[in-house]
Amino acid sequence: MTNNRSWIPYLLILPSVAFLGLLFVVPLVQTIWLAMSDNGMPSLANAERMVNDINFARSVRNTFLLTIVVVPVQLCIALVMGTLVAKVGRGRETILWIWTIPLGISDLAAGLVWLSILQNTGYFNSALFGLGIIERQASWLSYQTPVALFLAIAIAEIWRGTAIVMVIIVAGLNQVPKEFREAAEIFGAGPWTRFWRITLPLIRPALQSALILRTVLAFEVFAVVYALGGRNFPVLVGEAYYWQNQNQNYGVAAAYAVLIMIISLAATLVYLKAIKVDPERLP
Amino acid sequence: MKRLMSFGILASTVLAFASPVLAQTVFVSTQLRPIEEATVVREELLQDVGKVDYVVEEPPQFAVRMEAERQAGKHTVSLVGALHGELSPLADKDQLEPLDDLATKLAAAGMPQSVLDLGKLGKSNQQYIPWMQATYVMAARKEALEYLPAGIDVNALTYDQLIAWGKKLQEETGQPQIGFPAGPKGLMARYFQGYFYPSFTGGVVRTFQNADAAAGWEKLKELWTYVNPNSTNYDFMQEPLAAGEVMVAWDHVARLKSAISASPDDYVVFPAPAGPKGRGYMPVIAGLAIPKGAPDAAGATKVIEHLTTPDVQLLTASRVGFFPTLNVQLPEDLDPGVALLAGAVTATQASKDALISLLPVGLGDKGGEFNKVYMDAFQRIVLQNEPITDVLKAQGATMTKLMTDTKAPCWAPDAKSDGPCPVE
Amino acid sequence: MSSQAMTAQTTTDTNTAGFVSSRRWLLWSGIAALCAWVLVPIYLVALGALGGRQGVYQWPKTGLPTGISIDPFLLFLRTEGVVQSFLNSLGAAGITVALSIILGAPAGYALARYNFHGKDSYRLLVLLTRAFPLAILALPLTVSFIRLGLYDTIVGVGLIHTVLALPFAALVTQGIFLGVPKELEEAAWVFGCTRVQAFFKVVVPLALPGIVATAVFAFVISWNEVFAASVLTVRNRTLTAYLLTVLSESPMHYRFAGGLMLILPSVVFIFAVRRYLFAIWGISSK
Repeated sequence: MTNNRSWIPYLLILPSVAFLGLLFVVPLVQTIWLAMSDNGMPSLANAERMVNDINFARSVRNTFLLTIVVVPVQLCIALVMGTLVAKVGRGRETILWIWTIPLGISDLAAGLVWLSILQNTGYFNSALFGLGIIERQASWLSYQTPVALFLAIAIAEIWRGTAIVMVIIVAGLNQVPKEFREAAEIFGAGPWTRFWRITLPLIRPALQSALILRTVLAFEVFAVVYALGGRNFPVLVGEAYYWQNQNQNYGVAAAYAVLIMIISLAATLVYLKAIKVDPERLP
Repeated sequence: MKRLMSFGILASTVLAFASPVLAQTVFVSTQLRPIEEATVVREELLQDVGKVDYVVEEPPQFAVRMEAERQAGKHTVSLVGALHGELSPLADKDQLEPLDDLATKLAAAGMPQSVLDLGKLGKSNQQYIPWMQATYVMAARKEALEYLPAGIDVNALTYDQLIAWGKKLQEETGQPQIGFPAGPKGLMARYFQGYFYPSFTGGVVRTFQNADAAAGWEKLKELWTYVNPNSTNYDFMQEPLAAGEVMVAWDHVARLKSAISASPDDYVVFPAPAGPKGRGYMPVIAGLAIPKGAPDAAGATKVIEHLTTPDVQLLTASRVGFFPTLNVQLPEDLDPGVALLAGAVTATQASKDALISLLPVGLGDKGGEFNKVYMDAFQRIVLQNEPITDVLKAQGATMTKLMTDTKAPCWAPDAKSDGPCPVE
Repeated sequence: MSSQAMTAQTTTDTNTAGFVSSRRWLLWSGIAALCAWVLVPIYLVALGALGGRQGVYQWPKTGLPTGISIDPFLLFLRTEGVVQSFLNSLGAAGITVALSIILGAPAGYALARYNFHGKDSYRLLVLLTRAFPLAILALPLTVSFIRLGLYDTIVGVGLIHTVLALPFAALVTQGIFLGVPKELEEAAWVFGCTRVQAFFKVVVPLALPGIVATAVFAFVISWNEVFAASVLTVRNRTLTAYLLTVLSESPMHYRFAGGLMLILPSVVFIFAVRRYLFAIWGISSK
């Protein structure tokens, strides 16, 4: 890109950098200092406190488990949605609209939605009861049913979070030139081969942004978990929230926040390396 | 689309500049938060005291806000209403106006000195004015009484009897019917501090890891086999009671009230069970305080005076289920649900083996971590089935550190201490 | 998209008629199942919101709209503070939209059109805002906000929500500007337009739909944010912040009514921009 007026881009990004600097970087640095200090001295006391807490190991495990289960499922559903909708002519917009609705639903609301279904007197139990599968109200969200609780949270997260992946993937699929597919068909490639060999590699940039965005958000899951399982299913952001609010210990809360940031950044780097986007295809 | 956007921008600008400078007394409260109760406060309790803006806030946000206002030195809040334990960190940071004049007046108007003294929070000046009081009781649906083993008086229940009852309920109804508010916003920590520990060990901190405590935890594990596993999701027992998920529950009176007031004929309310050392119980006090630097201290004082008049105190009791701090007689024609709760409170206080347990004092902003010690022990021992002695030892060490850090002396029922309360 | 439908048509035409109809059937049942997956939970929470106190405790539930009325929802709407906080939410979201477009779009343009030192650092900064749970920043921010007089104002909430929406706006507008062929802009320069004129006459009209969609996303982000809004306000609550404080301890049917109230506007917003939704993620539409 030719340009001799090299100050222009800086002028363009300056307002946003100044804004983020003031309202994000400054408090961020304050928070990191809070995590890494004790009574004004640098110290790892908060990190130690965090690691030795009884819920630390569980919250790390749960967060990762949830991410590992939820993100791939969301990706698959999104790919299925993208493939299905590509075959539809009329009504496409309406279908896409319906599928995108959860995009605008906050985690608070999504938690409430699934609570209404999965609570003891909820619709799920009613349906099972109606089908004669259970004889009385069963509880799915208690500490005694960790697998059911995990599934419930995963389902709610999948319900809420698939839309964003779908939007990115469908946008990516739209850009795959149809000549590629036609050419592949002429050479006799079956639908699977076409999908794996042609479509998937071509939507790599979309895949990459979808995965990064969704994974980072998955590490920050909280409100849905809180609505459904309370503290039966500790997750990292939830622990940070409890340390800040219930226990009033801002240092440990900050330590959790820093840990979450490190994990998210690491995951992003992994995706950037693992799904190489051909620079030629980048604009 | 464009019009929608410009409308949004316009609307926001208008709103941003139109938000008027309110000449109102801002009253932030961590109590009486649920919509229905807050409406009662706004429309009935605060009716004749001029312009008061009643804002409800959860305890965590309340703490963050007060801390932030203190650090910044600018105040919007003129009056706070919060629990004893939530006000104590504020008093520790010297954030509350002394209210000794008001206290003197109220003492003359019939507020018991013992109650007023709680409002000093261990300091020489009056930090807050006791506003309302409450305690914790047990409630059961009447049909649960059919399963009560013969010869048991529900008003003088012991832990062994509660276990026998729970067992019979479970065997005959097919599901565990006892419930505790052990959810994230439940008050289960208070159960340990005010009921479980005093009843089994006669103490709260000193006796945290002794043999009596270990025996008590054994009993609790036995009891817990008859407790609905959803208990770790329950915050307010009135909902599972009303929904029929549990038949017997322990909770704060205000958190049982809506179920019981809705159908007072379906419930019995009775004191919490007694252990080997007595029938522990914990009175709860909510207080009113004026933060230092309050923009409208005069208005706030007026509101405090209004809320502590006998009429308003009685109205509070009948409408929201918190009992007066003034020494006034509850009227006969009280809401029947509140009357049931009040009856159980009186029965608790009057029972021969009653053992009062006070709210923690001197923990400052470590109240949350103090609760966590008990809830962690509960989680590990009862839910995760870890060996009792190991857990108590580990949690006892945390408790010792907490007490040394805060230098909090023992409070009742623990024997007085010189210096920080020791874990024995 | 019609071309894709036609491609599908030609593929299926070569097969036998029975196979075609069974494939069609499979396609549409898949689509219907996925639509139901999205819609049924919303329908059920609406039932909860309209069913009142009795509906919540009813067992077993039928899932049919019996015994519902609009009254519980109206009662909820009439509760003190709901309408005001609804307006506050609109205000904060309006500020968020305006600021994130005004600040974010130029940055997006710079990312799309120029190579410059620090481009990657800028991207990293943007990513950081997404990787850090904002709720934790509440305390330091609250203190500075009180000093600046922004505490408990809609502007303050709008500023914080802009922190959330701005990086998003920058990245998305980058995609949009990439979608506007550079050649068109260069052609405008050739015909004597200044850079600024070329931008407003050529680029903006082409990018407008995408920018509008970005605006709506910023709106939704602000609309749904809970924690920062609830810490930074006392009286001027946004709807989510208001709901968080009153709902968590209110009866179930109130909570469901609140949930419904949060969902409905976003359904409308998404409907308004459904056409542009997929354009905004277009990384390159050559």
